[in-house]
Amino acid sequence: MISTIPHFVFLIALLMLFIAMVLVLLRLYKGPTLYDRVLSTNSFGTQTVLFIGVLGFLCERPDFLDIALLYALINFVSTIAILKFFRYRAIGDILIEREAKK
Amino acid sequence: MNIFLDLLQVIAWICIFSGGILVIIGALGSLRFPDFWSRLHAASVTDSGGVILLLLGMGIHSGFNLITFKLLLIGVFLFITGPTSSHAVANAAWVSGIKPLRNKHKKPGIDK
Repeated sequence: MISTIPHFVFLIALLMLFIAMVLVLLRLYKGPTLYDRVLSTNSFGTQTVLFIGVLGFLCERPDFLDIALLYALINFVSTIAILKFFRYRAIGDILIEREAKK
Repeated sequence: MNIFLDLLQVIAWICIFSGGILVIIGALGSLRFPDFWSRLHAASVTDSGGVILLLLGMGIHSGFNLITFKLLLIGVFLFITGPTSSHAVANAAWVSGIKPLRNKHKKPGIDK
């Protein structure tokens, strides 16, 4: 499969993205505060989007880009949901209204 | 015409390679920096430079068709949501009371 120069370049980019994902996962494991972990999760999601795109180009099946777009959407929503949960301790609206009345 | 297409391919490879290097730099800074705020600064390299260069390289490589449109869609979405989520993380950390690391080495003139 790896026979031409584009394949080689995409394989190099894929390995770089893999190394970056491993480093970010180490920070996710080590991170002293919650916000380091949220930041690592967000960065990991961005790198996963790029990883899926490069993997689709490497396999010559760029239909994977739909999955990458879906992953980008889910990543943003999950980051905002985690931050909202750890700030208000609820996903819904009831506690937030009580917080606003204070 | 053929030379022009080859040149475009070479530009695409250079963009993809530089994007991979920037992603590694962002991840390494996110692992090695001592403070949350400097880690935030390092993680935004991935969100800006790596995403721009990798998507630009893949778009140049694929030519101009539906795939380029999907790449443009992913790029626009990451451009909107990346700074938004970074700001949300930074704001939540600031509200929770994490302060930047200052004057660690006690050098005169850095921090009054």
